[in-house]
Amino acid sequence: MSKSINIITSSAVPLPIENVDTDQIIPARFLKATSRDGFGKNLFRDWRYENDNEATPKTDFVLNNPIYSGKILVAGKNFGCGSSREHAAWAIKDAGFDVVVSSFFADIFKNNALNNFLLPVVVSDSFLQQIFQAIEKDAAAVIEVNLTEQTITIVATKAAERFEINAYKKTCLLNGYDDIDFLLSIKDNIKAYEAQIN
Amino acid sequence: MSKTLFEKIWDKHIVQQIEDGPSVMYIDKHFIHEVTSPQAFAGLEKRGIGVHNAKQIVATADHNVPTLNQHLPIQEELSRMQVDKLIHNCKKFGIELYGLGHPYQGIVHVIGPELGITQPGQTIVCGDSHTSTHGAFGAIAFGIGTSEVEMVLATQCLLQSKPKLMRINIDGVLQNGVTSKDIILHIIALTSASGATGYAVEYAGSAIRSLSMEARMTICNMSIEMGARCGLIAPDEITFNYIKGREFAPKDNDWDKALAYWQTLFSDADAKFDTEININAADIEPMVTYGTNPGMGVGISQTIPLAETLAEKDQPSYLKALQYMGLQAGNPMKGQKVDYVFIGSCTNSRIEDLRQVANFVKGKQEAADVEVWIVPGSKQVEQQAQAEGIDKVFQEAGFVLRQPGCSACLGMNEDKIPAGKYCISTSNRNFEGRQGPNARTFLASPLTAAVAAITGKVGDVREFLN
Repeated sequence: MSKSINIITSSAVPLPIENVDTDQIIPARFLKATSRDGFGKNLFRDWRYENDNEATPKTDFVLNNPIYSGKILVAGKNFGCGSSREHAAWAIKDAGFDVVVSSFFADIFKNNALNNFLLPVVVSDSFLQQIFQAIEKDAAAVIEVNLTEQTITIVATKAAERFEINAYKKTCLLNGYDDIDFLLSIKDNIKAYEAQIN
Repeated sequence: MSKTLFEKIWDKHIVQQIEDGPSVMYIDKHFIHEVTSPQAFAGLEKRGIGVHNAKQIVATADHNVPTLNQHLPIQEELSRMQVDKLIHNCKKFGIELYGLGHPYQGIVHVIGPELGITQPGQTIVCGDSHTSTHGAFGAIAFGIGTSEVEMVLATQCLLQSKPKLMRINIDGVLQNGVTSKDIILHIIALTSASGATGYAVEYAGSAIRSLSMEARMTICNMSIEMGARCGLIAPDEITFNYIKGREFAPKDNDWDKALAYWQTLFSDADAKFDTEININAADIEPMVTYGTNPGMGVGISQTIPLAETLAEKDQPSYLKALQYMGLQAGNPMKGQKVDYVFIGSCTNSRIEDLRQVANFVKGKQEAADVEVWIVPGSKQVEQQAQAEGIDKVFQEAGFVLRQPGCSACLGMNEDKIPAGKYCISTSNRNFEGRQGPNARTFLASPLTAAVAAITGKVGDVREFLN
């Protein structure tokens, strides 16, 4: 897992579907591994293959369409709803994505993504439509996501929008820290809290 | 200052506040299971650290366990490896495990409450989104990812941003045949599958107060299906009576002390909510879903909405869902053919659910061409059903009472619905492929599922009562 992210400049894969749930991102039957690796090959498994068979890919699904590629996944609103399975974030990251863009993320997925250095970028409905249109016009349209500046830009049109992220999480992502490092560093405060409640 | 129920519990659990960032929240109880914990333990080992306090953690095996012949070794290799890994990790870190063969084994959200581990005022997490179930006791309970499981194992804390607050008031008297499952499906249909994202939801009102603890758990269980961080209900006499005397409930002086605190857990009269919704209980019909998210549900007398009634940008996703389900907009749900009936899951697998179904089907027979699976939520539920003769009622009707686990709710074990088949299910999700690749799910209450079990069709339970 690549730690720390800042500027990602890449073409994008469009998934203009709303309420993409984590059972679609990674079906439950693939959650039986005991390591974090290798989930990418089953990303969107049942949308990718006919009858669960890798020999019969569904040619109309974006991940099977060679004109689309890149490190940015762009999806409809309420992306990642449903199960808390972190395997969804692992699968997306393992498949080579560093950013997911949507107008709205489900809570648990958003946390899981952040904990795996997969940046969830929330844009307005209208900007999301602009991105889909840009990709429809040119499948190789380049999007730039700049975490330091908190901006997302459609490079060809220079259309840009600012996105929100809390300052703590931003620092973590830029520097490759994770929450466990932070929590372990305040163990004394946690013990003091425990002494006070007991 | 006046506070909501959520704020009273939240404020008590904040260890510290990070400037311009989340809060460090202390977690009282941590439930773990075989599917979302192995990578968290591996993370601890990689860092060379142990668990912060094993006594605050309880483990069970539920997600991928078989529901037949649990005394035999698990046949499916990967499932067996995950369950073995859980046994190994619990032994290594000194964590209590109610695994296969243990009299307390069962679905994590069924066993926590029935053992008295779940209590008012607590913060409770588990690597499972339906952890919201425990909120029925007046607790802040929510699902977390595996990295967060690792954080809680390591530090008993999590980083959380304070959610907005919503209250949903349901007042009045429910129609005969309408259950708490119908209340929550009605709410989600009203708010949509994302309508409560970013909120903690408190359920209140006379209709909620009149419900048993098990019925309240069904409501809080599905809070996540409208995107809520958690759902909660203020504890009352019904709550206290439910907890009293259970295995891990406080005893003697501890009970008096706990009770005095629990009695302070309610939203003050002038507490502020960011959003408030009012629902008349009498307006709620038995509900059934037609689509591929839990918000796509209608009252049993209604028809599947026409695409034209939706905003243009919402239509493609809607039509995709109907195509997957093989249903026509404008058609009624009543009368729709059903192939499988699944009564189980952390939503509806408790003893009251099984009693309701047994009372309804007693003396009736399973419909031809329908297969009925009844999966109790825990070993204790299974034993209670046997003690009451409910297993015999099911047997005479032609149903199979299986052994405890998550089963066909998510099809991680062998209990999968075949492609293209329709299953009426008392579980919580009707997502594409949730119950098996290309399986089609209608979510409904145990009573509505029981109607389908004996008629082979989606029907209105009210026509069978009185």
